[in-house]
Amino acid sequence: MLIIPCPYCGPRPELEFSYGGQAHVTRPTAASNPSPAEWNAFQYERANLKGLHAERWRHIHGCARFFNVVRDTTTDEILRSYRSGEK
Amino acid sequence: MLKLKAARTLPARASALGWRMLDPRSCWSLRVDLVAAAGPMSAADLPLAIDVCRAATRGDWSALWLGPDEQLLVGLDSAHAQLAPRLAAALDGVAHSIVDVSHRQAAIELSGPGATRLLAMGCPLDFDLRSAPVGFCTRTVYAKAEVVLWRQDTQRFQLQAWRSFLPYVTGLLALGSQELTAGI
Amino acid sequence: MSGDCRSARGGGDLQRSQPLRFEFDGRSYQGLQGDTLASALLANGVHLIGRSFKYHRPRGIMAAGPEDPNALVTIRRDAARSTPNLNATQVELYDGLVAYSQNRWPSLRFDTARINDLLSRFIPSGFYYKTFMWPRKAWHSLYEPRIRAAAGLGVASTEADPDLYAQCYGHCELLIVGAGPAGIAAALTAAASGARVMLCDEQALPGGSLRTGTSARIGGQDAADWLRESVQKLTAAPNVTLLTRTTAFGYLPHNMVALSERLSDHLATPPPGKPRERLWQVCARQVILATGAIERPLVFPGNDRPGVMLAGAARSFLNRYGVLPGARVVVLTAHDDAYQTAIDLKAAGVQIAALADMRTDPAGPHVEAARSAGIAVRTGTTAVGTRGNLRVTAVGLAGLDSNGAVAGAADWVKCDALLMSGGYTPSVHLHSQARGKLRWDEATHAFVPGAAAAGCRSVGACNGLIGAELVRVFEQATAAAADALRECGIHDQPGAIAISKELAVSEDRGASGGWIGALPQPAGAKAGKAFVDWQNDVTAADLKLAVREGFRSIEHIKRYTTTGMATDQGKTSNLNALAIAAQQLGRAIPEVGLTTFRLPYLPVGFGGLAGYARGDFFAPVRKTPMYDWAADRGAVFEPVAMWQRARYFPERGEDMHQAVARECAAVRRSCGLFDASTLGKIEVAGPDAIEFMNRMYVNNWSSLAVGRCRYGILLRDDGFVYDDGVVARLSDDRLHVTTTTGGAPRVLGMMEDYLQTEWPHLKVWLTSTTEQWAVIAVQGPQARAVLEPLVEQADLSAAALPHMAMTRGLVCGVPAMIFRVSFTGELGYEINVPADYGAEVWRAIWASGQAHGMCTYGTEAMHVLRAEKGYIIVGQDTDGTMTPDDAGVSWAVGKNKPEFVGMVSLRKPALQDPRRKQLVGLLTVDPAHVLEEGSQIAAEPGQRPPMRLIGHVTSSYYSSVLGRSIALAVVSAGRSRLGQTLYVPTAHGESTVTVTQPVFYDPKGERLNA
Repeated sequence: MLIIPCPYCGPRPELEFSYGGQAHVTRPTAASNPSPAEWNAFQYERANLKGLHAERWRHIHGCARFFNVVRDTTTDEILRSYRSGEK
Repeated sequence: MLKLKAARTLPARASALGWRMLDPRSCWSLRVDLVAAAGPMSAADLPLAIDVCRAATRGDWSALWLGPDEQLLVGLDSAHAQLAPRLAAALDGVAHSIVDVSHRQAAIELSGPGATRLLAMGCPLDFDLRSAPVGFCTRTVYAKAEVVLWRQDTQRFQLQAWRSFLPYVTGLLALGSQELTAGI
Repeated sequence: MSGDCRSARGGGDLQRSQPLRFEFDGRSYQGLQGDTLASALLANGVHLIGRSFKYHRPRGIMAAGPEDPNALVTIRRDAARSTPNLNATQVELYDGLVAYSQNRWPSLRFDTARINDLLSRFIPSGFYYKTFMWPRKAWHSLYEPRIRAAAGLGVASTEADPDLYAQCYGHCELLIVGAGPAGIAAALTAAASGARVMLCDEQALPGGSLRTGTSARIGGQDAADWLRESVQKLTAAPNVTLLTRTTAFGYLPHNMVALSERLSDHLATPPPGKPRERLWQVCARQVILATGAIERPLVFPGNDRPGVMLAGAARSFLNRYGVLPGARVVVLTAHDDAYQTAIDLKAAGVQIAALADMRTDPAGPHVEAARSAGIAVRTGTTAVGTRGNLRVTAVGLAGLDSNGAVAGAADWVKCDALLMSGGYTPSVHLHSQARGKLRWDEATHAFVPGAAAAGCRSVGACNGLIGAELVRVFEQATAAAADALRECGIHDQPGAIAISKELAVSEDRGASGGWIGALPQPAGAKAGKAFVDWQNDVTAADLKLAVREGFRSIEHIKRYTTTGMATDQGKTSNLNALAIAAQQLGRAIPEVGLTTFRLPYLPVGFGGLAGYARGDFFAPVRKTPMYDWAADRGAVFEPVAMWQRARYFPERGEDMHQAVARECAAVRRSCGLFDASTLGKIEVAGPDAIEFMNRMYVNNWSSLAVGRCRYGILLRDDGFVYDDGVVARLSDDRLHVTTTTGGAPRVLGMMEDYLQTEWPHLKVWLTSTTEQWAVIAVQGPQARAVLEPLVEQADLSAAALPHMAMTRGLVCGVPAMIFRVSFTGELGYEINVPADYGAEVWRAIWASGQAHGMCTYGTEAMHVLRAEKGYIIVGQDTDGTMTPDDAGVSWAVGKNKPEFVGMVSLRKPALQDPRRKQLVGLLTVDPAHVLEEGSQIAAEPGQRPPMRLIGHVTSSYYSSVLGRSIALAVVSAGRSRLGQTLYVPTAHGESTVTVTQPVFYDPKGERLNA
């Protein structure tokens, strides 16, 4: 079981979290009139990295916040976590 | 005009070694910017928990920190009616959300030397006093149910679950009490 | 064959004053408290324990621990408590234990399938892939079942498991796996620091290799005394949890280790309420693995006869259980450790017929001790075969020349036990499961831990200290414990024990040597099978065959030959198999590499893994406040998400269709009562509540007046319908959003996602109120008449409370939200009262309704009533690929909105294609025929496969109010086909249907607005 450092609550067991996919995927606004390629990239294109991966988690059974984690997908080592909107 | 006695009925009523259902209480979900609310709440003699995963008590009401902008206010059922107007007055002009969740959830008290053992059967948190001191509170899980947990004393915890999950939680606790009785 | 083989010497695990009776294959025997089933059988001279997997060869006990591949038995307490494939070496004896051998018929001594052994040249590795090719269908119906029955393990009980299984989370700074000398030394070091320490061992008694017997003295006392005192110290320490009978079977990420603790299997009569096992999920800051090493068998012809045993196992049986493996034994070894076995056995009165060492010039304290004990040592000697049927009677020993080849004829030495040792293999299973790397150590011929996972340390034999002096093990273990504590921030370690004092070791003899792979055999000899994997009946020849047939990867060789599979997972076989394959491939062992170590380290029962999650506790079963009332009235329930919802309320022997017809008719004629509490409810509150909802849902919420309701649709960003529900505006800055029953948690999650990560600046908060409110739907022309006598402070008249309006008031004196909404097409209200009052208010409404012919209805009638009106159910009439337009609800999409979830996708040409499937109604030409939901729809009649299909039926019912069947369907360009005839192929021919509008009843909505 992963021990995930929630940026609000501190390290907590994986059972309290839900996974939210790759982090830092920018959602184009409707007003920006995104091209089909831009919209397609937002909707479907993901990196599927081997190695360091920035991903979203939600402390759904804790403080309920979404946040970001940098995890090594080969070792499950978590290098850091930070709040949504931070880099 | 038919009027009922309107006594609150709990979804589960039971107790066993180490735990018991508590009487119904008044519960409110308060969502607000803590910095903006701290002064007005204090002025109104209402609690606000500033520290992460800690509870604060003031008078008849306790505030449990559940998230950076989320507090669970818990008080006696008899004080239920007066809270909303007090809060509305206190937080006038401060953007917030206050929602009555008194009937959404009910509380179980776990106490005695077996309390942490009962919790460890379903909850993955570490109840060592260094990581979960008295006053510690959080949302977490108990087996497959989401619960709110509040350590009120070294060996006394309050566990709240949504009403439809309570028979599941109390059923598991009953199994746990059997194990405690068997001295395991 | 039989007789008393109990020695007065050894027996450190026994309580000799407590005899126990037990049964094996129907015969009664006596054992002692402290015995395992294996030791008790051996004490009775029983060496034949089972038949092998494939060839049905007689097999005995090879090892003393869980690595034993042969001695699998079934332990039966009663019909439901019958556990197959338990290792006799792991089964603790209790009074009255009943055990059976496996994989034999009709009996263990006379097994008809032993013919397989004689036919073995026709059934080599992979034979079933080659032989049973034709006819193809027979593989599933004939060949595979027969092969599985013949190549069998035990048979599990078919009854429900009546035992309790517990589970528990554990937390500690340091978890130590294995309570041998290394684990105990580490625990003693850590215990003194005050850190929380957990120490587990799969044996009933801690001590590990110290229990097997050692000449060493520790801290100036006998090893046994040191062990006893150390265990007392650890047991007394409040910060130490010592778990025996506890197997660490899985090492998961971030140092979570899964332990299986056996609580009552060793008891003659487990007390009621005592769980059988406990699953521990231990979250450790740091882990020390002290899991020891496993002795390797030697690979030579006939090495599998009963009576052939590992040398260390024979010493364990003597020193732990006081059991003699035979009266006249031959020891065959390539490692010093077996000398101690010979010395101990000789001291116990066993005749050592020969001590054969494969090494040409063994030397050192072990050899000297053996010689001075009067044991004749034959150096440079190997085994070329054994004799015997149900027990070994002789072994053929032959000399090796300076090149290591067999020289000269075999000398057949009579014996009743052959004890072998190829040295020891470190148990690196958990280290590897933790994703640690392995390194080939040429000096000890072993894979040893290389780079380890964070927080994981291996010490002692599992770290490659094979046969090393104990003091080196202690040095490593105490240093690892100190390092681990420092990692936890515990730098001050005043109580650390001193190697020089408490752990001072004397009279210790390090041991070395070892052999991997098959033993040399005379050229051209046909001496019989040399087993590598006893459990799967894989021989050296099978491995060579696999390489000859072209397999190169060790993973493929494993799967082709099945070596290293099944319950023992190759604990004794993997390294020998690897060496043989490597030699055949002409490559070095580290180049070929090991197969992956996977959990579980030892088999774990399903009951133990399930823990509490069985029966009522498999998952929460959610019930509404009115559940008991419905159950008392005989309602039939159906699961919807985690909820139990009343599906229908049968009366006087009605079936579902009769009950549903009656319930529907009552709603249309007078009034129905329905429990809608499970609908998801979300309070959206804050100054930006309307703005947030405008962005989330397709609708325009700015124009929704306070006290009014609107049907809302939520899309995903792919433009497809995700959820729907009625939304009410409670005040300027507060909305009450309802969702589908199943969608409640994920809709809230999706809203939170957008709110927190896309629009964090919006001042609005979301609170689930699903369970705050009990929702009582009162639907039908008499609904107002039923409710009015119960309501205060609210006006239910059509003028004051029109369709899609809401108000607050008192119902039966309880503060309530009253919504004038309808999912039936009738005049209807949904009364929301705080949940604790739900059952009481429900009963009051029910009583009031009796004068009006009210009935309760369930979800099935609700489905029919809404289908008559063409109201969709998301997830039934939509399937995750439907746009609002496809579903016929594009009218709900707000015009001129700058943004909502899914808006960009709806612009895609593909989502505006007029040929998309659209929701329509279908009427069968035969009004009595009810289409099957999911049926496909064709435009042309009489097609043969492959047919051109243009849609499918999503909802289909018999409507009693209309006196005919109705259906909803999605059909390509469906709205342009109104009036067309289409065809629905069914199992009984083609059904002809007409396309209609999807509203079948009261299309003008006059009843709704009554």
